[in-house]
Amino acid sequence: MAKHETPLLDELEKGPWPSFVTDIKRQAEKNPACWDILGQVELSYKEKITHWKHGGIVGVFGYGGGIVGRYSDLPKRFPGVEHFHTVRLNQPASKYYSTEHLRAICDKWEKYGSGMTNMHGSTGDLVLLGCRTESLEPLFYELTHELQQDLGGSGSNLRTPANCLGQSRCEWACYDTEEACHQLTMHYQDEIHRPAFPYKFKFKFSGCPNDCVAAIARSDVAVIGTWRDNIRIDQAAVKEYVAGKIPSNGGAHASRDWGKFDIQKEVIALCPTGCMWMEGGDLKIDDAECTRCMHCLNVMPRALRPGVEQGATICVGAKAPILDGAQFATMIVPFMKVSADNEFEELIEFIEKIWDWWMEVGKNRERVGETMQRIGLPTFIKVMDLEPIPQHIKEPRSNPYVFWQEEEVEGGWDRDVEEFRARHAA
Amino acid sequence: MAYDPANPMVDRISDIGPRYYSEFHPPVVKANKGKWLWHEITQPGVLVHKSETGAECWTVRVGAARLISIELIREMCDIADKHCDGFFRFTTRNNVEFMVDSKAKVQPLLDDLKGRGNRFPVGGTGCGVTNIVHTQGWVHCHTPATDASGVVKAVMDELFDYFTSMKLPAQVRIALACCLNMCGAVHASDIAILGVHRKPPMIDHHRITGVCELPLAISACPLGAVKPAKAMVNGVEIKTVAVNAERCMFCGNCYTMCPAMPLADPDGDGIAILVGGKVSNSRTAPKFSKLVIPFLPNTPPRWPEVVAAVKGILETYAKDAHKYERVGEWAERIGWEKFFEKCNIPFTIKSIDDYRLAYDTWRTTTQFKYTSHVK
Repeated sequence: MAKHETPLLDELEKGPWPSFVTDIKRQAEKNPACWDILGQVELSYKEKITHWKHGGIVGVFGYGGGIVGRYSDLPKRFPGVEHFHTVRLNQPASKYYSTEHLRAICDKWEKYGSGMTNMHGSTGDLVLLGCRTESLEPLFYELTHELQQDLGGSGSNLRTPANCLGQSRCEWACYDTEEACHQLTMHYQDEIHRPAFPYKFKFKFSGCPNDCVAAIARSDVAVIGTWRDNIRIDQAAVKEYVAGKIPSNGGAHASRDWGKFDIQKEVIALCPTGCMWMEGGDLKIDDAECTRCMHCLNVMPRALRPGVEQGATICVGAKAPILDGAQFATMIVPFMKVSADNEFEELIEFIEKIWDWWMEVGKNRERVGETMQRIGLPTFIKVMDLEPIPQHIKEPRSNPYVFWQEEEVEGGWDRDVEEFRARHAA
Repeated sequence: MAYDPANPMVDRISDIGPRYYSEFHPPVVKANKGKWLWHEITQPGVLVHKSETGAECWTVRVGAARLISIELIREMCDIADKHCDGFFRFTTRNNVEFMVDSKAKVQPLLDDLKGRGNRFPVGGTGCGVTNIVHTQGWVHCHTPATDASGVVKAVMDELFDYFTSMKLPAQVRIALACCLNMCGAVHASDIAILGVHRKPPMIDHHRITGVCELPLAISACPLGAVKPAKAMVNGVEIKTVAVNAERCMFCGNCYTMCPAMPLADPDGDGIAILVGGKVSNSRTAPKFSKLVIPFLPNTPPRWPEVVAAVKGILETYAKDAHKYERVGEWAERIGWEKFFEKCNIPFTIKSIDDYRLAYDTWRTTTQFKYTSHVK
């Protein structure tokens, strides 16, 4: 039986898309505290403003992250949401679940929380929404002891890493994203749970340049699969695409009649580098000119595959606009082998070199991309002990203001103005 | 041993991380990892992946709210137990994927899903509108300028036909963030729905001493609009801050650092629309979303102005763009002046950048198109 009238929210029970309002009501039948979620949100709909207080520091002993405090600013009116803390559970790589594990999490959340969740939060965690302070420790105890399930990150620490599903169900993944994500997550448990950084830090692992986890837009270290040899071509399959026997673009355009597939128009002419052509019925690619954008592979997945010399491009420093404006990650390492065979040693070494520098020079609440902007890409390249290469930039600088070092200039910077004046009258 | 509140550190387990992913792979995934050859979307919401072993993984993708109950998760588990050997997964865009290892098992799964009301819409593949990624909004956040789940529900109800079909020129990724912090990272989306504030923060002089590190609040402002100040509270002079409202860009960063500087407001807050972002490197480089509508009011429960704006942009794009062109690629090909004209969106001075790096967006060529904007 509904505890509050919710005429505005009830409007959102209509329509074809699944309704979160209907779902919360369903949960409220089991856990009456959920009626107060609806009551408070209804009030926000009426007043057009939030009723959650600012922050509140809560957590489990020994961790500085994983729990986000949240309190209602109307606890008397909505006692069910007086405490409504977020619990971030570290999701398994790729977000596959056994029903056994998920049901066990649901049972714990029925026992200790509201029963509402986010599947999943933007960073990737399995988010449990709405826990009272006194329930946090017992919940954590049972999660770790019975479910072998730990918390994720929050605050100025390493946030829970995330990956695209990679080789588990995709033909384009150029390295094992889920293994990389899992191993680095395990390697950096301390950094995930105990904030020691200037600000948040994120890793994301995408298997190819399609970048299904938006690594280049959202992560401080984006590991994006790529290859460095030739695209593998199955010429027989190319002919089948040309003949219209295989749906182009993996069938993604199927609901509209776009006419007969035209390889010239749809593949060759859209190649950003113009490195493809037809020759005697065969598709030719000048791979040395290819920038591996994925368009042709996307359009003809049965005919074209990534090369066999596979690895990842490492980009650094993406972030959303707060504060100085949005940044995409900057290409720093064009090709790195990313392999479980050496326990991702090269990647780990790279990451820790960034942290050593950033923890020293980064300001409070400054993402590493902002530190790079403030101090400059040339300095960052030197800090990382990398050779500057034209791949680091879109174009050379158009101003001449080079920060020359004294040792680069013949004779150094020490000069005698008296001696100068002896030859040049003032 | 059960948890003992008197001795919380006894027998404690920590830093064990998540469970190992391969425990949760469906058998067909486990057996064919790294062996996939190609995929095809056989109908909206249904994908087949073919392995070099000859095995097939058939995936049925289903839309879901991001905010879901354990009752619904248990229902998903029931479906996965019945059809999918007890495994399923979630996508980064909050869709749910049920996987089976043969084509014959797809139709019974689809029939089952269809028999469960509107809870499991099948779609979200290929050249359509897939699920909207979003933030918490009024359901759980302390800084939002709008709700999240409700706006998303209203928009998806209206665009439902594009979720269950693949008739657009390319995929269209819509995202919503309920304030400028952009927890949802909407800054690289085809269409971004963004909560914005328009009133400077208030200063709660009674609270500020207890809850706020003044230097942090002052340095939080990117434009130096927050300055040290003094105020009288109950006859006592206290240290506080003042805000130069003319300099405020309404980012809310001061409130993040100082709870005594709230800025949310029923009339001040609303939604901006940004378009033309993309994440993928396909064809063109990743792009940021650009602000085309600076403000629409918060009109719960169904935000008709926002829904109409998103649908208008989507359908103009659908009609005008070339096959494969993302929204941003289309806008750049026709020119942004044409984008505003074709979408019938009034161009305002608020779309002209005057923040950092603004010059990069100013037109420094004589090349432009004559649209109705040129009088």
